[in-house]
Formats: sequence, structure tokens, C-alpha cells
Amino acid sequence: MTTAAPAAVVLDVREVSKHFAGVLALDRVSMELRPGEVHALVGENGAGKSTLIKVLTGVHQPDEGEVRYGGEPVSFARPLDAQAAGIATIYQEVNLVPLLSVARNLLLGREPTNALGLIDQRRMNRIARETLAPYGIDVDVRRPLRQLGLGIQQMVAIARAIAADHRVVIMDEPTSSLEPREVERLMQVVDRLRRDGVAVVYVSHRLDEVFRLCDRVTVLRDGRRVHSGPVAEITRLELVSKMLGRDLADVARARTRFNEHSTDRAAEPVLRASDLTRRHVLDHVSVEIRAGEVIGLAGLLGSGRTETVKAIYGVLPLDSGAVEVGGGRVRAGSPRSAIAAGVALIPEDRKAEGIIPTLSVRDNIVLAALPRLSQAGFTSDRRQDAVVERLMSRLRIKASSPDQRVGELSGGNQQKVLLARMLCLDPRVLLLDDPTRGIDVGAKAEIQALISELADQGMGVLLISSELEEVVEGSDRVVVLRDGAVVGELRGDEATEDGVMALIAAAARETGQTELIDETAASPDGPDDGD
Amino acid sequence: MTAMATAGDVGRASGRRERVAARLQQGGALVVVVVVTLVASLLFGGRFASVDNLLGILEASSFLGIVAVGMTFVIIGGGIDLSVGSLLALSAVLAAFGSQFGSVVAVALPLGVCGLIGLVNGLLIARARLAPFIVTLATLLFARGLAFAVSDEGNTIFRIDPDQAVIALGQGSIAGIRIPILLAGLAFVAGWVVLNRARYGTAVAAIGGNEEAARLMGLPIARVKAAMYVTSGLLAGLAGLLVAARSSSGQSTIGVGLELQAIAAVVIGGTLLTGGFGSIAGTLAGVLLLNVINNVINQVGTLSSYFQQVVSGVFLIVVVLVQRYLTREQRL
Repeated sequence: MTTAAPAAVVLDVREVSKHFAGVLALDRVSMELRPGEVHALVGENGAGKSTLIKVLTGVHQPDEGEVRYGGEPVSFARPLDAQAAGIATIYQEVNLVPLLSVARNLLLGREPTNALGLIDQRRMNRIARETLAPYGIDVDVRRPLRQLGLGIQQMVAIARAIAADHRVVIMDEPTSSLEPREVERLMQVVDRLRRDGVAVVYVSHRLDEVFRLCDRVTVLRDGRRVHSGPVAEITRLELVSKMLGRDLADVARARTRFNEHSTDRAAEPVLRASDLTRRHVLDHVSVEIRAGEVIGLAGLLGSGRTETVKAIYGVLPLDSGAVEVGGGRVRAGSPRSAIAAGVALIPEDRKAEGIIPTLSVRDNIVLAALPRLSQAGFTSDRRQDAVVERLMSRLRIKASSPDQRVGELSGGNQQKVLLARMLCLDPRVLLLDDPTRGIDVGAKAEIQALISELADQGMGVLLISSELEEVVEGSDRVVVLRDGAVVGELRGDEATEDGVMALIAAAARETGQTELIDETAASPDGPDDGD
Repeated sequence: MTAMATAGDVGRASGRRERVAARLQQGGALVVVVVVTLVASLLFGGRFASVDNLLGILEASSFLGIVAVGMTFVIIGGGIDLSVGSLLALSAVLAAFGSQFGSVVAVALPLGVCGLIGLVNGLLIARARLAPFIVTLATLLFARGLAFAVSDEGNTIFRIDPDQAVIALGQGSIAGIRIPILLAGLAFVAGWVVLNRARYGTAVAAIGGNEEAARLMGLPIARVKAAMYVTSGLLAGLAGLLVAARSSSGQSTIGVGLELQAIAAVVIGGTLLTGGFGSIAGTLAGVLLLNVINNVINQVGTLSSYFQQVVSGVFLIVVVLVQRYLTREQRL
């Protein structure tokens, strides 16, 4: 490593493109990585970060462009090849084998053997202890990994990946499951790697970490590189605007806002979520929704948007906090109780959590309402048909007949079927998690109009969108989240994209400090008691 | 630094209860075997606790035991092998059929065919990524069918000539102990060494515990998986060969449901059916337990032999319940 001049580029990504089934995931992306630098890779969901990492580590092969490593063009066919060449990857999820011992996890595939070719356990355990020592981890390496805290598991993963002589280390959101104290330790490890001349790619959604730890930053958006340069030369606000794709200069653009829905400010909220808290995920999040109001939830990916909605619906277990609907308290952790109280959720991933593609439009719509439409366990076809027909025309669902399979419909119509399913239940509050994702422009506008219409009819709506514009324009109030906490609320004319971005960026500075103080005081238990 | 050290100490203290739980899970079946054996000795005295009877139990256990060693690896590796019962029958038929061409053929033919079918299992599961349940269910049918076809729908029962050397595999003994018992013992020792001391064993456990992680760590997933099924097929073939040599004949109807007995023995022995963790010694205990129960019920005499299955079933449920409790205790 000392032979390479400090300025030489160790990993050079040149105009790499990658398609998946016609979708351009990476569009001529370039990135240069120098020894001894920590290079932040940031971007919102679907920006292409994961695809780029997978190209670098040999999981995917680029369609166009080339990757040069140590000056030579390389093409890794498998992750193993990249690993052998000296590119280590630490994945977001701890990718180890929980049932095996710490030592076996550390040395899996390269265990020390004796003359008979059998594993020399004493030597293996010693090497494992020696490997972990620099990370300040002192545990019985014979224990199954599963019994240790997530933080230690993460450290074991890092120690394993870096144990070999690596020139490039890729860390994909390494701190997402760590305690603040463990984050501190990880930072020290990264610092040491930098001093040793290793090039580190650091993927993170936490701006604090980017600005504290990284030397340079590359921003991806929609598969394209939109920025690359030294961290010192960019402000938080600029970085956020680049990630979200909103030009600062482009403020004065005329906008068509929805008319503010007629809500009585003084009225009791139909839903009141207070102090929703879950360690590492949500920090005293409170939201109030009044009848006829659309509340937008804004924030970067990982800020707790989806988690807030899931917590309200009762599918995300909470450490503390309460949800009230119409003044009555909803039983915590029970979606059934939330549904009974009149809360409906349309989940983020409609394929995995929503529609059942092999069932008909009719069946998908009445699925959740079956108990209401049936008597003594038998369903009346006539009543079902009436409900389905009414909803299909109301939501303008385009299907050849109620018997068409949902899997054959377009994304927009699938989303409407989901919406119809929820409306069957006559909800008082509608939670919509990114309802227009992956839907074409026409259908998008239609769904946005529907949301507005539903609010006019007196429903309370909580709206999340991956597009800031949609949240800002579709909502009466915007609640801004960052790192699982509410950092501000914007209403009426204040609710602009710039306003939201300013809140996100500003919050990054303030909470960066309060967080540290809070957490060191609040968590006396060791990382070992992770659960 | 100090904070970490404390965390480690805390871990060690709470680890004691977990370690006891782990010991129990691995050795629980053994404890039960010993208890059942002692109780049976008290109840039936010399009828049960004679050297002859105990050796008989061991001999009866040896065939299932050999199959169960292979099954242990397959299950720890996250798979299942339903074909072993049929393979045992096919092997016995082929061994008896092959014996007319000499002892070498009588050994090589069944082992070769069973190894080959194991390889097909392995390739379909590891390379074509088909579900182990489906693939081995198919070879279960295939091998049983082949056994019937070779033996003219079971009407022909091939005999092994008593002069053939291969007979010694089933009926010979060294130092008063039957060769099948010795071979089964060898299989268990080798299995233990491979599982606990060889890289291959760790790789099997890693794949069963978290295949994606194992892949990212660069382990040769397909090769390890294929090897699991080849080994399982070969061991089933060996067991069939021994059965044929023991009975001097090859019958196509033997070994029906043996795969389920093997799975039961493995699970009773503390191996997680979901893979990733298991014990060869536990499997040995599981095999012995099933056969001791069988033997005791025969001693009682008044009970139908089907009652053995009832008791085995009850034991299986109890052991799995206890395992569930213990895995929770260990936070596995």
C-alpha cells in the first residue's frame, strides 16, 4: 500500500450503466476512489447506490462502462473474486451465521488446520481473540454469535471483512443498527483504515456521519451521479437539495397547490398519536390528524416516515407511546384493534404487503371487509357485488370485469384496488405510505385527486411520498422527521420544498449534539443486552 | 474500553444458563436413553439387560444409525432427504442381484447407484435450486420403483450365496461384535470429526444457518450441498448393502418409512429441523432411543408392535417441545 502514491486512484468507476428489465438503474455513473479517503455515497431510495455497490463487489456486471482497480480494468464475476482482489464489503444487515460461534464466523472458510487437515480449535480461538482485540471487543469467542448484541455482531462482521489485507472497504449503512457508543467505535475503526491508506466507501443516510467522517461525497439520484466533490466544499442544505433533486435556485417556480381542506382547527383530532417511541427507530413522535385534513410526513429515507405509519397501525412494536382514535385509545401492537377503530393502511410495498395478484379484483377488494359482508360465516354475493361495483366506479378502476386478476392490472389500478379495499371498511383515518410509487404520471394525478376528494369527504389522511413535491403540494400540514424524531411542522404557505429541506438540514446540526448527550445518559445497559 | 469490558462480563455471567441449556439440548436425548435403559433393566432384569439383548439393540440400531448420520448433515445444512428409505431397499436389491457376479459387484453396484442418485439429488437442489423436499420425494418414488422393477415387482427375491465374501459384511464379527455395529460406530465417529473439526462441517452449518451470509463469505455453496446429498445417498446405500448381507437376500419392500425414522432420530438428538445447528452424538442417542423403545415394547410382549410407533411419536413431540424451550433459553 505504501508503494502507491497517495493521489493515485485505487478504484475508478467509469461511465458504468446497468439495466434491469428495461429499467436504467445506473446511467453512466463515474466515481473515483483514492487510497486513504473516506468517500460518502448518498442518495434516496432507488437512486442506484445498492446497484453501484453490487457492481463494485461482483454481484452484478455492468452493461456499459468499466471498473478499473489499481489501474487495471477488472470484471468480477462473483463476490468472492472482488473479495480476493482486496475489496471488502460490510453489508447493512449483519451477514454472519448466528448459530455458529464468534470464532467460526470470523474465520469461516479460512480456519487454521492441523497436520490432519482438521480445524485447530485452540489456534482458531486465539486468532479470533487477537483479531477482535483492536476493536475493543472482549467476549468469549466460543459463544454463538447470536447471543451477542447487534453492535458486537456488526464489529465481528467488520473485523472479518477487514482481517485480510484489503485496499477498498465498502460499508453499506454500517451504523443503522448501532448504539451511539458503538457508532463512536466504528468511527475510530474507519479513521484507522484511513490512516492505513485503505479507501472506504461509506453509504449512509445520516448527514451527521457524512460531514463528520467523510472526505468526499458522491450523490446519486435516479441512477445518475449528480454531484461528486469534497465534503468541505458543500453545505448540508446543498447536499439535501441534491439528494432530493430540488434546485435551490428553482424556488420561484409557480405551483398549483391543493385548496386547503376545510378543517376546523379547533376540532378534536380524529387521530392522535403521542410520543411514539422505539429505540433506534422512533423518538417521541407525535402526530395529530383532524377529520378532513391531509397531513404530509416528510423526511429523508430512514427518518422514520414508514415506521411512524406502521407504529400507528400497530404493526411496529413500540417501547412507549399511545394512539387514540376519536378519543378512544387503540390497543398497542394490534392492527385488528386499529382497523376496528377505523384506521386503514396502504403499505409502502404493495406487492409484498398489499395485493394478492392471483385473486380477482372483487376478491381483493372485499378481502378485509369479508367479516362485515358475511352473516354466520357465509358471504352474500349480491352484497359483495354491490360494494365492489360502487367502489370500482367511484375510484375509476379500469379492469375488464370484477373477475379480472389483479396481477394483470397496471400499477395505478392495483393501487386503486388497495384503496378500494380500505374504503370498504369505512375508515376514519387513511394512512398512505408512498401511494404513487412506481405509477405512471396520469394515474398519479388521479390518485392524488382521489386523496384530496376523500379528505373533503371528512376522512383524515396521513400521506408519505418519496417525492417531496407530492407531500408539500398534497398536504395541509407537513410534519418533518429526521432520525426518528419530529423536527418541525409546516402549515399553509410555509409548507414548501425549501422549507422542508431547510428543516432537515438544520436539524442535522442541532440534534447531532443533543443526541449524544441524551443517549449516553439514557442507555446504561451494555450492548450485550441488545434485546 | 471499560464499557465494552463490562459488557463482556455481563455476557459471560448470563452465558452460564445458556450453556447449560445448550448441553441439555445436545445431551438431553442421551440422558433419556440412559434413564429408559436403566428403568427397563430394573423392570425386565436379565431379559433386557443381557449382553446379547443389548448387542441386539445395537445391531438393530446400526442400519438406521448409518442412514441417520447422513441425514444429520443434510438437516444441519438446511435440507431434507426423503429418498434414503427407498435407496436402502434399492441398494439391498442391487447388492443381492449383483452378488451373482461376485462380491466386488455386490458392493460396487449398490454403492455406485445410490451415490449417483444422491448426486442427482444434490445437483437438482444445489444447481437447479429445486426444493429438497420435492427433489428427494421424486427420488424416493424413483428408487422404490427401480427396486421393484429390478426384482420383477418384488416377486423375485435375490439370494446371496452363503459362500460369497460379501456375506461377512452383515454376518461376520470382530472381537464378538457384528460388523454392521462397527461400521455404524465408524460412521458416527467420522461424522462427529467432520462436523466439529473439519472445514466442511462448519460450512454445512453455515449454509444451514444463513445461506446468504455463507454465499457472501465465499463458501462453495453448491459443492457443499451436493456433497451432503451424495454422502447421504452413499450411507443409505451402505446400510442397504449391510441389510442384504445380514439377511442373505435383497427385498424391495424393506425400508419403507425409514427416512421418517431417520428424521425423527436426528430431531430427537437435538438437531434443529430448520438447519444451522445440530449434533452427531445427539443423533446417536436418538437412534438408540427409538430402538430401545422398540425392544422394551417387544419385552412387554402383550403390546402390539405398532404401539412402538405410538410411543416414538409421543417422544418426538416431547423432545421437540423441550428443544423449543431450550432454544428460547439460549436465544438461538
